Amino acid sequence: MFDDLRDLYSAEIRAHGRSPSYGKRPAVFDATAKGDNPMCGDRVQVFVRRDGDAVAEAGFEARGCEITVASADLMCAAVQGQPTHHIRAMSDQVAEMARTGLCDACEAALQRMRPLSAVHQYPSRLKCVTLPWLALVAALDGDKELDR
Amino acid sequence: MNAMTKPLFDVERIRSEFPILGEQVHGKPLVFLDSAASAQKPRFVIDAMVQAMETQYANVHRGLHWMSERTTDAYESTRDAVARLLNAPSRDEIVFTKNTTEAINLVAYSYGRGVMQPGQAVVISEMEHHANLVPWQMLRDSHGIELRVAPITDAGELDMAGLEALLQDRKVALVAVTHMSNVLGTVVPASRVAALAHEYGALVLFDGSQAVVHRPVDVQAIGADFYTFTAHKLYGPTGLGVLWARRELLERMPPFMGGGDMIGSVSFERSTWAEVPHKFEAGTPPIVEAIGLGAAVEWVERIGFDAIQAHEAALTDHALSRLAGVPGLRVLGSAQDRGGVFSFTMEGAHAHDVATLLDRQGIAVRAGNHCAEPLMRRLGVDSSARASTGIYTTPAEIDVLADTLHRVREFFA
Repeated sequence: MFDDLRDLYSAEIRAHGRSPSYGKRPAVFDATAKGDNPMCGDRVQVFVRRDGDAVAEAGFEARGCEITVASADLMCAAVQGQPTHHIRAMSDQVAEMARTGLCDACEAALQRMRPLSAVHQYPSRLKCVTLPWLALVAALDGDKELDR
Repeated sequence: MNAMTKPLFDVERIRSEFPILGEQVHGKPLVFLDSAASAQKPRFVIDAMVQAMETQYANVHRGLHWMSERTTDAYESTRDAVARLLNAPSRDEIVFTKNTTEAINLVAYSYGRGVMQPGQAVVISEMEHHANLVPWQMLRDSHGIELRVAPITDAGELDMAGLEALLQDRKVALVAVTHMSNVLGTVVPASRVAALAHEYGALVLFDGSQAVVHRPVDVQAIGADFYTFTAHKLYGPTGLGVLWARRELLERMPPFMGGGDMIGSVSFERSTWAEVPHKFEAGTPPIVEAIGLGAAVEWVERIGFDAIQAHEAALTDHALSRLAGVPGLRVLGSAQDRGGVFSFTMEGAHAHDVATLLDRQGIAVRAGNHCAEPLMRRLGVDSSARASTGIYTTPAEIDVLADTLHRVREFFA
């Protein structure tokens, strides 16, 4: 019945959405921020441990749909080792990918986000993908709360 | 039913009056179960609005020409229709606003800041839409009004004893509660609430956004002081809401917004206000929308609330029975008196994911916190999906929903 949804709910997305690898608060972190989507009640809190100017470790706690959790999980993997000043550009690329479905210009580290590009066919779900990234950017900017 | 008895309600004939119900979504027939957010529009309403714009349109209350006079007549006749719908004592007690939210803000601003005194209190309930919560918080913060929250029971009914406890010290100036919950479908015993409020010297306001669609509302029988609703849930257009209040209250309240149409006279030194209700209707009003609401009221009255209620009661029983059969599904609230609003959670699946899967089958439901975040916390859920019925909803559509939810459950198993 739901065959046409297998693009969005692919096996990979479902695995990350149901059993995330990074869905916990790291033992040590030096930046955190919450992202709220007041329209739906989803909330993601992202935690970052920095090592110099790079993201050494990222983790999250979320109450949200499978797409939000999968996005947060893939994000935490993608940003590991990335320079903190580069995170905003990565977030912008993910937002563009979510909007257009295209990730051709995405850098290598973002290729793992590609399964989420199917969300462009579901405009009401775009925020599910971008919310964790906005929280991450807010954490690195020093903002504790983020209402969108 | 006696074989000779004419059916009270022919839902297929009703459906044929709604052009949009013939549409397909993702290649499937539209199953529209989101009427609590906004209802679809019958041809009668659409035609009334188009006809107004095509044949009889000008600004109201200001022209001395034929078109303006005719448009004013049409616009003002909706005030009569709404007064009839609510059994209001006077058409002059009907104030047009943008929506329910603006109607409640009007009361919070004009009555709250203009009449209430710092140190007095407003009581709302745990099951309010944000529209009947945030304006009172703003009043609390700007005017020193205490905001109290009456509890609900685990069944999702207003806790009358809890409400009475909040009234005991007689500091409460206003009890502002929903007449029918947009999340739980609970119908609040309005006349009991009004009697209790009055016993302790408080006025009472009802958010009737949902109730007015499903039940006959008689503001005099209820004993209400303020009643609010919005046109777009009553098969009318967006952009128009209604505040009814007792004339004596409206006369005591200062204007909400200033501008044209709400004045008696204006000089650079001072202005005087028009009589009620025009005192509260600054600027060019939503003329075509008001004409649309007039048509919607006429259309609903022609069907009759007896028939509407009977249809809805049967649908509600059917829906609760079918939803109870879906494994892992929890319907929020179990009020004795409830209407066609069913919020639910599904074990192992987030409401958004459920809604997306339903959408792909042409089934429109809402998902999220339904503009009632504190209520969701009270119920211990982050979000829920909500199916809500309208005058055009059929038992077969409820079956499609329930059957599809079984499949959704399998998908997320």
